[in-house]
Amino acid sequence: MINPGLYNYWIVIFLMMIGFYIVIARGNLVKKLVGLNIFQTSVFVLYISMGKVVGGTAPIFGEGFEVFSNPLPHVLILTAIVVGVATTALGLSLVVRIREAYGTIEEEDIHAQEEDF
Amino acid sequence: MAVTAIVILRIKNLFTVVMLGGIYSLLSAQMFVNLDAVDVAFTEAAVGAGVSTVLMLGTLALTSREEKSEKKSSRTFWLPLVVVFSTGVALIYGTLDMPDYGDPNAPVHHHVAPRYLLDSEGEVGMPNIVTSVLASYRGFDTLGETTVVFTALVGVLILLATRRRRKDNDAPTLADLEEQEDDA
Amino acid sequence: MMKRKPILRVTSKVFMPFILLFALYVQFHGDFGPGGGFQAGVIFASSFILYALIFGLHDAKMVMPARVLEVLAALGVLLYAGVGVVSFFVGDNYLNYNSLAHDPLHGQHYGILLVELGVGTTVFAAMTLIFYTFAGRGR
Repeated sequence: MINPGLYNYWIVIFLMMIGFYIVIARGNLVKKLVGLNIFQTSVFVLYISMGKVVGGTAPIFGEGFEVFSNPLPHVLILTAIVVGVATTALGLSLVVRIREAYGTIEEEDIHAQEEDF
Repeated sequence: MAVTAIVILRIKNLFTVVMLGGIYSLLSAQMFVNLDAVDVAFTEAAVGAGVSTVLMLGTLALTSREEKSEKKSSRTFWLPLVVVFSTGVALIYGTLDMPDYGDPNAPVHHHVAPRYLLDSEGEVGMPNIVTSVLASYRGFDTLGETTVVFTALVGVLILLATRRRRKDNDAPTLADLEEQEDDA
Repeated sequence: MMKRKPILRVTSKVFMPFILLFALYVQFHGDFGPGGGFQAGVIFASSFILYALIFGLHDAKMVMPARVLEVLAALGVLLYAGVGVVSFFVGDNYLNYNSLAHDPLHGQHYGILLVELGVGTTVFAAMTLIFYTFAGRGR
């Protein structure tokens, strides 16, 4: 039942789960953002590996190349990477503002300060 | 790559964490090259290991350098692990239906991609199919993406570019912040 | 900023034109090899970030002021949308490049060139301006 052709998907899912765990289980905000980046990048690897064709080459026309890998996931992931960096930039500026407002970037300390009000 | 991710999970020094995040992006760019996605590898290396790491280092310079060690109560220790584990199991169950890695008969290669591959030479005439799909066949998506980058720029400018004003009791003054920096 | 490290200053001054040239190469050869607007914009921005890291934010802001970058970012998006509007007037659908020149192949070529230029400009301006904002915050 276990198909050896699916191993690479399982490895990518393992990486995704590590990133997910960092996001939900660590309190430091910058570490959460790094974990989110790991999550995003492993999702990209998943999609690109779905588009690969065995024996193909990069989707650029050249002499003597017949089989190409699927260009459609490449386009979508290109957009997704840029959107990801935009999100990271906004998230980091929010972290800077939170630090200036609360004096800390640990999630528990922020909750404690909120409960004091 | 898994080693890098696990080390990011465990280490407390944030500078190391950010650097390892950059290394992770570079490793994934190398993996993209292996998977024949050269445009994507280029962008991921430039953006992930370049700009993203620089911005995180800038944030670290404005905030703290170390992560605080947390006191973990056993209730909150198991819950994230259970959530993560069940999500992983569900995803792996979902992949059991997928076609093999690199299979040329997979459904993703049948619907619209052959049309792009075959007609791109005749309709657009450029060797790089990814650029022709990105800018011509799927031009609307790229317009939306440019707008997203512009909007993120506007958002960062709104959040960070105004000088800190000394309102009556609200915002901490520079002296207060420096005191907090010394305490932290 | 780094006044006592002459090696870094000299090396980065030597490197900067090559980085800028490479960014332009990537931008305009996006049709023939890997590349295109986003990669070119980020590489272009990284050369200015390098300058700012070595020579200080003040000098970098004198070379490339923040106002110019804000205008450039808006111009990039406007260029992209403007190409679409021009194809309205020439007769086809929005963002259909076929009628921009005397035959569809050349029209596509021009359209893609202009569009990638717009994307590259906006990405460059956005990345550099975000870096300026982060670096200028701590004073």
